[in-house]
This record gives sequence, C-alpha cells and structure tokens, in this order.
Amino acid sequence: MNRQLLKKSEELFYRVLMIISTAIIIIALLAIIISILVKGLPSLSWSMITQIPKGGYYFGKEGGILNAIIGSLYLSGGATLLALGVSLPLALYMNVHKLKQKNVVNIIRFFLDLLWGVPSIVYGAFGFTLMVLLGLRTSLLAGILTVTLFIIPIMVRSMDEVLKTVPRGLLESAFSLGSTRSETAFRVMLRQCIPGIITAILLAFGRAIGDAAAVLFTAGYTDYIPTSLSQPTATLPLSVFFQLSSPIPEVQNRAYASAVVLTVIVLIISIASRGFSIKYQKNRIK
Amino acid sequence: MINEAKIKIENLNLFIGNNHILKDINVKIPEKKLTVILGPSGCGKTTLLKSLNRLTDLYPEIKIQGKIFNGDEDILHPKTEITELRKKMGLLAQTPYPLPMNIYDNITYGLRISGRRKKRFLNKRVEYYLRQVSLWDEVKDRLKDPASALSIGQQQRLCLARGLSVDPDILLADEPTSALDPISSREIEELFVKLKQRYTIVMVTHILRQAKRVADYVIFMYLGEIIEHGPAEQIFEHPKNALTKSYIQGTYS
Repeated sequence: MNRQLLKKSEELFYRVLMIISTAIIIIALLAIIISILVKGLPSLSWSMITQIPKGGYYFGKEGGILNAIIGSLYLSGGATLLALGVSLPLALYMNVHKLKQKNVVNIIRFFLDLLWGVPSIVYGAFGFTLMVLLGLRTSLLAGILTVTLFIIPIMVRSMDEVLKTVPRGLLESAFSLGSTRSETAFRVMLRQCIPGIITAILLAFGRAIGDAAAVLFTAGYTDYIPTSLSQPTATLPLSVFFQLSSPIPEVQNRAYASAVVLTVIVLIISIASRGFSIKYQKNRIK
Repeated sequence: MINEAKIKIENLNLFIGNNHILKDINVKIPEKKLTVILGPSGCGKTTLLKSLNRLTDLYPEIKIQGKIFNGDEDILHPKTEITELRKKMGLLAQTPYPLPMNIYDNITYGLRISGRRKKRFLNKRVEYYLRQVSLWDEVKDRLKDPASALSIGQQQRLCLARGLSVDPDILLADEPTSALDPISSREIEELFVKLKQRYTIVMVTHILRQAKRVADYVIFMYLGEIIEHGPAEQIFEHPKNALTKSYIQGTYS
C-alpha cells in the first residue's frame, strides 16, 4: 500500500473513532434525560413539589416530596458552604504560599486524589462511626458533616487545577508591587480564577446533592422538613431510591418524577453559575 | 561621568538544579542612570534581573549565593522585609500582565495594599501616573473598563504606571518591548529616557540598537558571566573584550 493511502485511512479511522465516541456521550445523556422525562413527567404535579408525604404516600396516596427537596437543598447547601470554607484557603495556600515547596504541595495533591477516589459509602460508614463517637444521632448536622468531608477533595482539586493555570508573570507582577502572599492570593489569584472557582463549587454541589450513600446512615430519612440541625432529614436521592423500590407502579413513576426534580435543580444551579462566571470573566487576564 | 552606585552585586552565583546559571557576578549599578544588561538569549540576563527583587524566591529549583545591596540593605538576607524591598523596585515584564481588574484599580492596587484609601487621593494619583506614561488621554473616559481590554502596548504602559504608583526608586525592565509593535516600543523607550532622571533603571535587552539608543551604562553578559561592563560610550566605541566587540559589531552569531 502506498504511504498516502495509509495516512488517509489512518486519518479516517481516528475521525470515525472520535465521531462514535462523541455520539455515545450525547446519546447516553439524551437517553437518560428522555427516559426520566417520559416516565416522570406524567406523575409530576404541583402538589408533588409543594407537599410533604401524607399518610400512605408510599402506597400511592396523596402527598409530595417537598421534605426531600428542602432536605437536599439544606444538606448540600450547608455542606458546600462548609467545604468552601476549607477548600478555598487550602487551594490558594497550595498555589501561592507553598510555591517554593513543590514537594509538600504534591504530597497534599496525592492525598486529595486518594480521598477523591474513596467511594461515598465509605464516607457514609466513616461518618456513622464519627457520629457514634461524638454522640450524634442521624441528623441534618451529621449528614452535612459527612458530605462536607466527601466533597472537600473534589472542591480543592478542581480549584487547584484552575489556580495552577494562572500565568507565572501575573504572580510576579503582583509580588513586584509589594503584595504579601495573602494579598496576592485573595486580591489577584481569586479574581483571576473566579469563573473556574465557581465551576469547582458547582461540581462539588452537584456531587453533594446527587449522592445517596454518604447520607444513608448519617442524615437518615423522614417525612418532615427538618427545623433544626439535630433532626434527621430526607434527601432526593434516597427519596428516589425508596419510591423506586416500591412494588406499586404509580410510586415507581413518582421516583422518576423525583429524579426530574433533582436534575432540574442541578440544571438551574449550573446555568445560574455559568451566568455568574461570565459576569466576572471580563477582568480575566489571558 | 557615572553617579554613585545604587545597587551592588557581590560574588553572586545562582544555580537552577545542577546548572550554574550566573557565575561570579560582581558589578555596581549606578544611581539615576539607565543601565542596560545586554547579551544573547539564554545568558542569564533575566535571572540576574529577577534576583534583584528576589522574584527568584518563587522558583523552588533556584539556589542563590552571594550578596546584593540596595544602598546599605542586603537584599538576599533572609530577614530583609521582602514586600518593602519589592515596593522600591517597579517591574516591567516581557509581556505585560495587568492585574485582573479595571484600569483604575490596576493603578490603585499598590496604594491600597499600602493602606491608602482616600478616594480623592487615589483619583489624583491615577491621573498623575497615567499622565506619566502618556496613557491618560487614551483611557480617561473608560477607567472602569477591564485592563485586559487595552491594546498590548497600552497594557505595557499601564504596567509601567502601576509600577511607578508604589513610588519606587528603581525600575526593573525585562525586555519590555519584545512583545510590542515598533510604535509602542518607541513609546516605552522614550518614557524610559524621560524617567531615568528620577529613577535608577535596569533594563534587560538583547536588541543592540535599543541598547545604543537608551543606555548610560552597559553590562554585557555571555553564558552566565559578565564579560564587560562600563559607560555606554566606552562599551559601544571601544570594547576591550573580543566577545563584546563581535556582539557590538554584529558579527556575533
């Protein structure tokens, strides 16, 4: 075979490969969305998202999943805020203060990557042990703490990857003006990376709201909306799980409706944060 | 005639990993003159410049020995207050890096971190420094626009104004025109010639013509060593070293 032909067929091969891969991703996404919409939308009603479960809800009677919607928002909102309080300083510290000690930073990265890989059920089990130790019961607080631990590695490493891309010249500029390390971190790096940091927060929030295993033992489940941190709380993923395990078809369809609610929440937050980051994008130095 | 020495470098050696980058640098940089560090790419000019305000601190691989004095102050001494030291030296980098904020805040940043907050004072300073770099008329109506929206030549002048805003007495410039078009380059050069009456300027360049246009004092470097240094006319008219001669006559390859 001549070389030209070989090169052309190679080109064609990789192109087809890429098109197939792209198609798989898009089709998978569409399939998920369409299937939950088809199964869920007919059961989705106004009362479902504005009411808490009434007696016999899980056997197909009146009620809704407001307890799980509010519970999930409380839980992942709280965990995201707590995790942000730890993650942002750590990520900035790794990329500004510890510039000179690359080894230390690489060790931190290594451990964070290990933690990222730990399955969430293990966090759930660990959270449970912690609760016993601290004398906590299944509660919103215990759930928030467990999910916080679970999303910190995700948040730190995502922020870290963004901060790593800041041009060295920008850092040098900031330092040359006599900035301390903290001033460089909070006044320059943070501004430069706002869009990426928002994305990191969103990613962590998405993981927090979508995870069932970490909250299974720690946050518990209840039909009521929690009014304090010490009360247990329902969450959307568990609500999907419980309804889907019912033998009654109506209740199963409500599980899909709950999944639609979960997806829509993530979507709204995603779009809002995108808008937010575009707003702050304008000052970014390329 | 050369003024008193502003910066003194004594037995400076610098290593990156196992590479000996700067070898036994001994030189005095005169006050309120424009000193050009001249030499081919990769000879350690930029590294020498960055050791003057200790930006070398940011690189884990760099090891540095020897002494650098700014007046009586020992720059490399670990107890030297590094932020104060850096405020005395404005830096102009190869490519302009404005801060990720608007034009106004770029100039006031240095003042604000020094605790100056009064609006009227800041407004006056912004106008003053932007006029110094002949940027005021171009940007006075859009001070709140992001600095990244300026052209690259304007960005470089903004960076110069920002460097001046912390009231330094030394300006360090690392090939400040290498990313700019000829007109912007000329503007920067002219600014430097104007500013050298008030500031001690150290400028790195590999452009011989530029050095000839602006330099009062020349340090010629090659492969990490200072080959020759002296007043500009002496270096350009009567270089002593054969290497300097060939570089200046353009026969260096």
